[in-house]
This record gives sequence, structure tokens and C-alpha cells, in this order.
Amino acid sequence: MSKHHVTTTINGEPTEYLCETQQTMLDTLRDVLGLTGSKEGCASGDCGACSIIVDGRLVCSCLMLGVEAEGKAITTIEGIAEGDKLHPVQQKFLEHAALQCGFCTPGFIVATKALLDENPNPTETEARYWLAGNLCRCTGYDKIIRAVMDAAAEMRGETVR
Amino acid sequence: MNYIVSDLKVVGTRPVRPDGVDKVTGRAVFAADTRGAGMLWGKILRSPHAHARIVSIDTSKAAALPGVKAVVTGADFPDIPSEEAFVGEGPMNFRDLSRNVMARGKVLYEGHALAAVAASTQAICDQALDLIDVQYEVLPFVIEVEAAMAPDAPVLHDDLFTSGVEPKATKASNIAKVVTFKKGDIEAGFKDAEVIVEGRYTTEPVHQAYIEPHACLATYAPDGQITIHASSQGHFMIRAYTAKLLGIDMANIRVNPAEIGGGFGGKTLIYLEPVAVALSKKTGRPVKIQMTREEVFRGSGPTSGATVEVKIGAKKDGTIVAAQQVLKFQAGAFPGSPINPGCMCGFAMYDLPNVDVVGYDVVSNRPKVAAYRAPGAPITSFAVESLMDDLARKLEMDPLVLRQKNAAKNGTKTHYGPTHVNIGFEQVLAAVESHPHWKTPVKPGQGRGLATGFWFNIGGESTAQVHVNEDGSITAATGSPDIGGSRASIGMMVAEVLGVPAERVRTVVADTASIGFTHVTGGSRVTFATGMAATQAAEKVVDELKKRAAMIWEIPVEAVDWHEGMAFPAGSNAGAFEPLDLAALALKAARTGGPINAEVALNAQGAGAGFGAHICDVSVDRETGQVTIERYTAVQDVGKAIHPSYVEGQIQGGAAQGIGWALNEEYIYNSKGQLENPGFLDYRCPVASDLPLIEAVLVEVPNPRHPFGARGVGEVPIVPPMAAVANAIRDAIGIRMPSLPMSPPKVRKALDLANGDD
Amino acid sequence: MPKVVISGNVGQRFTGGLAEFEVAATTFRRLVLELEQRFPGLGQQVEEGMAVAIDGEIYQDAYAAVLRPDSEIVLIPKIGGG
Repeated sequence: MSKHHVTTTINGEPTEYLCETQQTMLDTLRDVLGLTGSKEGCASGDCGACSIIVDGRLVCSCLMLGVEAEGKAITTIEGIAEGDKLHPVQQKFLEHAALQCGFCTPGFIVATKALLDENPNPTETEARYWLAGNLCRCTGYDKIIRAVMDAAAEMRGETVR
Repeated sequence: MNYIVSDLKVVGTRPVRPDGVDKVTGRAVFAADTRGAGMLWGKILRSPHAHARIVSIDTSKAAALPGVKAVVTGADFPDIPSEEAFVGEGPMNFRDLSRNVMARGKVLYEGHALAAVAASTQAICDQALDLIDVQYEVLPFVIEVEAAMAPDAPVLHDDLFTSGVEPKATKASNIAKVVTFKKGDIEAGFKDAEVIVEGRYTTEPVHQAYIEPHACLATYAPDGQITIHASSQGHFMIRAYTAKLLGIDMANIRVNPAEIGGGFGGKTLIYLEPVAVALSKKTGRPVKIQMTREEVFRGSGPTSGATVEVKIGAKKDGTIVAAQQVLKFQAGAFPGSPINPGCMCGFAMYDLPNVDVVGYDVVSNRPKVAAYRAPGAPITSFAVESLMDDLARKLEMDPLVLRQKNAAKNGTKTHYGPTHVNIGFEQVLAAVESHPHWKTPVKPGQGRGLATGFWFNIGGESTAQVHVNEDGSITAATGSPDIGGSRASIGMMVAEVLGVPAERVRTVVADTASIGFTHVTGGSRVTFATGMAATQAAEKVVDELKKRAAMIWEIPVEAVDWHEGMAFPAGSNAGAFEPLDLAALALKAARTGGPINAEVALNAQGAGAGFGAHICDVSVDRETGQVTIERYTAVQDVGKAIHPSYVEGQIQGGAAQGIGWALNEEYIYNSKGQLENPGFLDYRCPVASDLPLIEAVLVEVPNPRHPFGARGVGEVPIVPPMAAVANAIRDAIGIRMPSLPMSPPKVRKALDLANGDD
Repeated sequence: MPKVVISGNVGQRFTGGLAEFEVAATTFRRLVLELEQRFPGLGQQVEEGMAVAIDGEIYQDAYAAVLRPDSEIVLIPKIGGG
């Protein structure tokens, strides 16, 4: 099998790599590029632990092929913080203790960023339905939703510190 | 020392957890994230049959495939003799554990591992597995527990004879053992009863469904030294069982605890490590194995499915005089279901004079049961608490008042023997009574359910170290993998003792070569037992710091006080010395005796039992049968909440798992005994849109055994939800659902039956 | 003398159905030895598969645990967790 040469942008960085025809974007990120922040929970698009953003669209990277990244702009969990400055979503997850084992957390943070990019003022119900594609087994979602709503308020400039 | 009535500065607050930034940036390393130089991938061949004899395995074609470096089967592993043990968190036999990891002679469930390959890519592994030629003699199978108990059922093990019966069993059976617990005189009790209620309940196997599949990386070096990176609830357990199953010295194995993505009991035993080590030994290269989600469902252990019969007799005033239970639990392919806790927990919340409980541990052709959060208790409580609700209705009594009337207190003798001491069940019920949720009338069209639960919690062996670094900062090291934020609470307890802010303590989880033995992270034990060890280690460090200050000031050590992170002269008589803080003392450490640190190893006993009570409001869509949780409150006695956010998190998470167990989760088998829903689409766990905010109410009745009064909290919250939801449904639509899950098709069917449409 | 109660049939198998009896032991270790001597197999069963509740507090394995003359000692199955 010969590999494919892909040119793309990942977290703002121009990136080139070689991947197999059948290799998913998730496997490409993890095994070819060493970006292991995106996780495999199911490899069938049901758990959201592999969530990335592709040209502004929330995608399960396990349902996308590595070759499909050609010419696209990809954001992974590794690109959410700016250097050592955490994104408000990340900060709120920490403050609200919205993680326990932390395995689903990268997927949730990427999915939340995608939500707030599209809808900066979601209701609790809208947030819950947007995040219904991200499974968490540890938290029961309570503190996650609180963190999301609080991050949204802060990003709208509404939280009084 | 005891801090239960102290004015605490750190314990009880909510600092950001020390490992948090790594987890929100994707930097935290889980086992599947690890790499080795020249690493190979390993994959496991699993049986497509529920029950079959392995006639032959021909691995030659697979071994010849380019890229394949090794193939192993059961023949490559030692034939472990029978040895009963308490494996991980439940009873098992090492021979059975070995055969569960790699089948020998027979495959006993669809998904049973029987061979493995190591190759340079995962794709080549998959191709190689297809080339392994296995000849099976397919045998009749049995899965349901009562079917497996029938005298003509296919027998899984011809050397399994029922224990616990007189006369001794002579015919091989699927009933591994029968256990009984009795108190008083059950017949007299029922004669004395004025009201009697009975029920029969069934539950299906459910999986812990941690989002991270099992994974490990193993390296067998030419000198026989083995290094393993594993995601597990106990790296010492991994080391011990890998050594046992491979017949090698434990001393040659070093296990590094990777971060773990959920366990809930399912990662307190091993599946992959011996296989990865065997493949690494054959190939001379690191081997990584990670289960796919399908393999997790087919090949790792869900909890028991069960049938439970309950009968309760009471006086008209609500005093229960007789309680009886018969429980039949699936153990899976090998004996060892949580039948004992199942028998002990159902009535543990009540003060009962006459009790009779019988339990059966039954093998059948499905994966071996692994522990799942308070193993056995959720099943038994679903039955008992559903029937208690029916009893309350029959007595025309408020369900909370019925619980309060019969509540266990300090001094209540349980039906399994011990007397309850230092428990907080009455306080939990009082908190329910005064809670706004309980006091608010049920909304029209909705129903409300109440249920209670109990779990023992355990103590056990833990080792903890506290080090004062050269700059006065503190490192606390333990052997407890951090599943839910324990690094935070351990660090906080150490900080409290030392009198420093939480941020000055760094907590790490040390590998098996770097710290003393520590029992698994499970059984709700870490805050209790490892916290106890860490607290004592911090106290020893304080003693040492005082000695150093005394040496510097040339005064007796009794004249030195320690508070707020500094040494002070104890009074003006001691001398007018400026206080010395950690940094100052650390600077002088070499001169005053050497590095300042302490290690404590202990076996914590007297873990405080936990009680919970949940209030659930539901609405039922009569057209679709869908049940919506409208409001949920979980009250629990936590002893002392070291970090309240993570205590609340345990309660909310356990409640959510219980709700999933109640409403949707189940293993669905086809007519060949194969699992039809080995994925998250059809094995339906709760998602964010299924649940409301879950209010966790922390009642604090201190456990005097723990320096800060903490009790285990992680397991209790999964015990009440199934009955709470069932009782709410009963209240909403007037129908008792005795069978889990109460999924839409079943609710619809029940509604049709009630309307006489069937 | 401390009184031992065996809850359940597992332990009673070794005592011929006897559910309650007195022992002379003052520590858990001596209790195990005394049980093995009086009811062969029971001491081993306790060591391997049982826990002991002393005055209501559960000890999974603690030789040094002290048994007072009025201690309530109950042998129960070992408890794990998840």
C-alpha cells in the first residue's frame, strides 16, 4: 500500500504528513502526528471523545479519513489554549470541577468551543442537545453544563469577577 | 491525630485540581497515548461462539503474513492451578482469571479471547487474525440465570459442584454456590405480620461503560525486566496478576500508572497485560494493545443480570416484622458474582427482627462479571426499594415515613451480623424531609419516587510519602491511581496538616518501583485509606520539621509549635525567635539531618459505611413510553467532604449511571448467544440531553476512624436510582415496572397491558 | 469471653451449623488460630475469604485487632467494591 501525502493546517500550523488510505483522521492525529489529545472511545462516531473542528464544523475525527484533511483548517484540543493562556471554556471546566477522569474532556472542550462559536448565548437545553454527542460516564453532565453556561456568560462579557 | 472539630483552612474548600490543566489541554497521558521505540501493535482473536470446544488452532498462516512478528494462544501461557482469591474487587480463582485472559480448551462466551498477534500496524493485525484457523465444536449455550440453573441446562464446567449445600453436590452444575443469611425466625415473623407484599424483579447485564477502552503498552527487555504502562484502577494489581498468570517474578515487573479514563470497578482486574508481555517477549519489542469499543463490550466484564424475589411483612403501623429475599445472580463464564453483597445490602438500611436471604451464584455463557460500583447492591436495592414503595402504598403511608419508622441507627443489628456503628442514615432521611424537592408538590402529569441505599466502603493497604523539596514546596506521592480527583483531596489533607495553601502541594501517583504497595482505587477507599496514610505522613513531616527548628534554635523540641506552615517557639520562655517557614527549614535540611520526608504504610480498617436517599420526579410520554427525568436530588452521608466539588461529582456520576441502568442500558443477545449491541449507539448510556441538573446534598456525619471524618462516597450513589426511577414511574402512570431496563418499548407494553389492549 | 457470631451458611459449614459461640482469643490473629483448631478449615476460610466486624467496624485483615471480653465479633464474607 502506498501512502498519501496530505497538506493541511492544524491549529494554525501548516502541516504535511503521509497517511494510509483507510487511516482515519483520529488515527492520523494520534499515531502519525503524535497529537494524542483527541481520544478513541468508540471509533464509530458515538462518543465524541475524538471531536475536532474542521473548517469551523464540529466533526468526529474517527468518522473522517486522514486524506480528507487536504486543504482544510483543523482545530484539535491541542490548539484551544493560546500558549499557556487557557481558553475560558478550559478555565471554567477547571473551576467547576467539570471533569473527573478527564478522558472525555478534550472532546467536550472542542465541542463546547464549536457551540459557542456558533451560538454565544445558548440556553441550558440548547447546550445539552449540542453536547448530546459527547458521552461522559463520570460526571452525570451537571458540572459540565454549569461550566459551559458560565464560560458562555464570561465570553459574552457578562460575568462579574 | 484527629481534625474532625478543627477550624479547617484547606479541607472543605474547592481548589482547582493539580492535574487539571493537563486534562483540559489534552496533555494528560493515558495508556493508549504511550509509545515505545520500535513498537508493535497487538490484537486479540475472540470467539464468535457463546460456548464451544476448541478442537484446534492453526496459527501458521497468520504467522507467515508479512509484518506479523508473533502469535500466541493459550498454549503459550502456564496452566495455572486452581487457587481461590479475592481478585481486584471480587471473588475469583486465578485459574479462571488465566483462562478468561486466554481461553484454554473451551471458549465460554462470545468475545472470549483465544489467540493474539503482534504486527507492525493495526491493519496487519486485523488481517492476521482473519488468517488464524480455529476449529470449534459448537456446544449448546445458556445465558439467562434461571435457565442456567435448570437441571437440564448446558453445563459450562464439568468440575464445578455447587458449594454451600447439604448433602454435598455430586453432579456438575452451573450453580457455583448458595449463600444464606438469617436472623430471627422468619416464619414466626410472617405469622405476626398484618400486611404482606411480594415482588419478583429482573435485571439485565449492564456494563460500566467507561469511555476509555482498556489499553496497555508492555516491554520485555532482554534481561527479563518488564515495563508496563497501563490504564487501570491498580498498578500493583496489574503487577501481581501479570506475574501470577505468566509464572514470573513480580520483582521483574514495573508498572507505570497511566491516567485512567474511568473504571467503576471494571478495571480492577486484568485482560491485556499478560498477553502484551507474552507478545513482547516473543518479539523483543514493545507491544501496545488497546481494545476497540466492541471488544470492551464483548470481551470485558459487565455486571450480573439477575432475578430477585422479595417478600416483606409489616404491622399496620408500618413496623416491618419479616423480610425475605431470594437472589439469583449471573457470574458470567466463571464463578464469582457479587452475590454476597447482594444478599447483605438490600435490607442493610433497616432494623428488622426476622430476615431470611438466600443467594445463588450462577455461571452462564456471557463475559465474566467484573465489579461495577457497589457490586450487587444496586440490583438488590432495586428489588427491595420497589417493594418498600408498594408496601407504603398498601399501608397508605408516606414512603419517607415508612423508611424512617424502620431506619437502621447506631446499635441496629444487621441481618448479616454486625451492629451498625457511626452511621448517618437517619440524618440522610431528615435531610430528605426538609429538602425543597421533597416539600414541593409533584407537578401535574409527573410522578415522584424515593429510594434509599447502602454500601460498606472498604479500607485496605495504602502507602503515602510526603517530601519537603529544597525550596520548601511539598510533594505528596501515593500509589492510588486518580480516577476522580483524588490527587486534589490527598494534596488538600497534606496541606491542611502542614498549614500551607493547597497550591503548595504537588500530588503524584508513583509507579510500583517507587512507592510501597497500595490496594486498588476502588471500593470507595482512596480518600479514606490513602488519605489516612498521607495525613499521617504529613504529621510525621511536621514532627521532623519541629525537630529541625529545635536544633536551629537550640531548644527542646517540646518547645516548638507548628502552625500556618511555620515553626514557632512555644512561648516567650522558649526564646524570642523569628518563626521558620518551610522554605527556611528546607534550606537548612542538609545541616540539620538530611532530607525531610516521611512515608507511611498502613492497612486502614473501620471504613465508615455510607447511606443515600434519592428523590426522582419523572414524566412519562404515554405515546412513546419514554421516561424523562424532570428533577433529581441525591442525598448522601459523606462523613466529611474533603473537596466538596469532587464529592458532588461522585454522587452525580453514580446517579447518572443508575438512571441509565434504570431506563435504557442492557445487553441484548441474539438466538446464537451473540451480543447485538456492542457499541454506544445501541448500548444506550445517558447523554447530556437525557438528564437535568442533579442536586447532590452532602450530609456530614463524621467517621471517627478517618482523621478528617471522611467516608467513602463513590459507590453509594449508584444504589438508589433504579428504584427511585421505578417508584416515580409507578407514581406517574400507576404501573409497577419490575423489570429493568424500563425502556420505551417495555413501558409502552406495560401501558397497553394496563389498558387491556394486549 | 468474646462471642463470635457467624452470619450465613459459608462459615457455619465448618461449625456444623453452630452460629454463635465463645472464644478465648484476645486478638484477631489468635482468633483465627483458635477457630482453625476448633473447626478445621474455618480459620483458613476466615483468612482467605472473610472479613470480621468487631463491634460493628469491619476489618478485612488485621491480626493485631484487639478483641475485648465484651466485643461483638461477626464473621462476614469479604467485601470488595467497584
